[in-house]
Amino acid sequence: MLVGRPASPGTALGPIFVLAERLQGDRKSGDPIEERTALEAAIAGSIAEIDSLAANVTGVGADLLEFQSAMLSDETLRAPALVAITHGEPADRAWASALSEQIAEYQAANDEYFRARASDLGDLRDRVLRRLRGNAAREAMPTGVIVCAKDLTPSQFLETDWAGGGAIMLTDSSPSSHVAMLARGRGIPMVVGLGELPLAGHSIVLVDGTRGRIVLSPGADERSVFASDQLSIESQRRVENNALARPAVTLDGASISVMVNISGPDDLSAIDPGSCDGIGLFRTELMFRDNEPLPDEDAQYRAYRRCLDWAGSKPVTIRTLDIGGDKPIRGLTPVGESNPFLGSRGIRLMLARPDVFRVQLRALARAAPHGNLKLMLPMVALPSELAAARVLLDDVIAGLAGEGTPCHRPPLGIMIEVPAAAIMAARFTDAAFFSIGSNDLTQYVMAASRDTPAVASLNEGVPEAAMQLMANTVAGARQLGIEVSLCGDIASDAKLLPPLLATGLRSFSVAPAAIGRIKSAISKLSIGEGNGQG
Amino acid sequence: MTSGKAETWVLITNPTGLHARPAVKFTKLAKTFKSRVEILPAGRTDWIDAKSIVKVMALKSPGNTKLSIRAEGEDAETAVAALVALIERHFDEGQGEPGGAHGH
Repeated sequence: MLVGRPASPGTALGPIFVLAERLQGDRKSGDPIEERTALEAAIAGSIAEIDSLAANVTGVGADLLEFQSAMLSDETLRAPALVAITHGEPADRAWASALSEQIAEYQAANDEYFRARASDLGDLRDRVLRRLRGNAAREAMPTGVIVCAKDLTPSQFLETDWAGGGAIMLTDSSPSSHVAMLARGRGIPMVVGLGELPLAGHSIVLVDGTRGRIVLSPGADERSVFASDQLSIESQRRVENNALARPAVTLDGASISVMVNISGPDDLSAIDPGSCDGIGLFRTELMFRDNEPLPDEDAQYRAYRRCLDWAGSKPVTIRTLDIGGDKPIRGLTPVGESNPFLGSRGIRLMLARPDVFRVQLRALARAAPHGNLKLMLPMVALPSELAAARVLLDDVIAGLAGEGTPCHRPPLGIMIEVPAAAIMAARFTDAAFFSIGSNDLTQYVMAASRDTPAVASLNEGVPEAAMQLMANTVAGARQLGIEVSLCGDIASDAKLLPPLLATGLRSFSVAPAAIGRIKSAISKLSIGEGNGQG
Repeated sequence: MTSGKAETWVLITNPTGLHARPAVKFTKLAKTFKSRVEILPAGRTDWIDAKSIVKVMALKSPGNTKLSIRAEGEDAETAVAALVALIERHFDEGQGEPGGAHGH
């Protein structure tokens, strides 16, 4: 048995799949024949994907998809890319530059209807690129395996098919890493910080993500313990599933709002809107992947619309891009910062890149009339940053109104994750709401990176200092008369609920897999509203 | 079957011209014929393949454009007549309606 640190609960038994480091980088290209085959396969796969999407929509959406499918099926579109491939270009670069040329032609059109088609071609370009660049990892990573690697990026996690189960064991990383959050969200067992792994001679491994242990080539005894664990997990899961449909109410009758954290509209297909009180956090930066072009305004608009359509009248809190820190995006985040977590990230980076920020604000303002959208800024330290974002938002809305484009101004709130903002919470008089980001708030107040295994224990549980900052934030919100919720990872931990409720927090946003767990935990707690804590 | 040729011209009168949705319908219909079918908008000199949506879209033909259509093959006459009829029916769309999926 090898001991690491628990990062995502649950157990799994399966074949070991060692993710070689070279697969973690760029797409590896082959000779022209392989590249041609790869491009043709990516196009065929994309057409099938569009057609199956089209089968589930009607109206304008269906027309748009039919148009995209027809364009992609037409060999004229790929012809220049195939020529470039015979001259030795890798498939992804050949395709991207062929399409970019076409996109530029559409962008230069006199007629606005034709100009608007540039975004369809952008969509097609990205869809095929995703297949081309995801291929190496996807083909190499079969479903249902136990992925073993030094570390895993959020995109690698998101590009892996977890439908068949599986688990993750990492020699490095920490329970607070971004990929661990994603694993908890998907309910994929994960153990991190295992150090050197003597894998030689072993092909099967048992991963116990709850206790942070792995067993290489488990024997009959260990397998039977695993089987009985599975049974108790199953019964626990039944309890949680029963809690899902009911509102979260404590023993003494206090209703608690439980919302869900998502990384994109695709997460929603597995979540019943009736099981939660809305979306508390949409991490939009996860729509942006390494090596890929940024989603354009229309693509973003469609993603936001899907969330609003899913939620009906319930709130949908969309956080503007929180790029930087452990979520670098090539071409956007500064290269070579000595400490990216203390560098240009979140609102700092967006105010420095209004070109990128405006596209997102436009898409959000256009989506806003279609539901209860709330806009949230990450990494705010000073009221002046909120004010600067507000000016940009006003300007974007004035622009949209001038064009006659339907739009609406969503309430603008802030994440409280920088200690300065938590301490001075009551000074953010312009904020429409607060949402405490406990992960970053904790690592910043403890000055302990969550990605450094040696110091990560300082962040475990809720350190008292972090708890005090959260209480101060709740007090600030009360003074300003605005809503406050907590969308950090600790809300998913049932053990930490009592102290969090004691700060006065009554609204939490958790990973999809944790909705049932937190609701069932809330139903067993009393908070003593009458004791001045309500 | 004898090989035939047919050629005519028609005015595109729907407001958005050969835009996305009309172009899908137009090229789909053209592909149902065995004949080679080509189109030429007024002001251009090169005939293009009416069965390729990428090429038809690349013409960026707005409304009120004169469009020549020609076909060569066993069903040339039928092809030209059917395509003209589609254009004259405004691609089976309400005339005031934008001719394709766009923006929002």
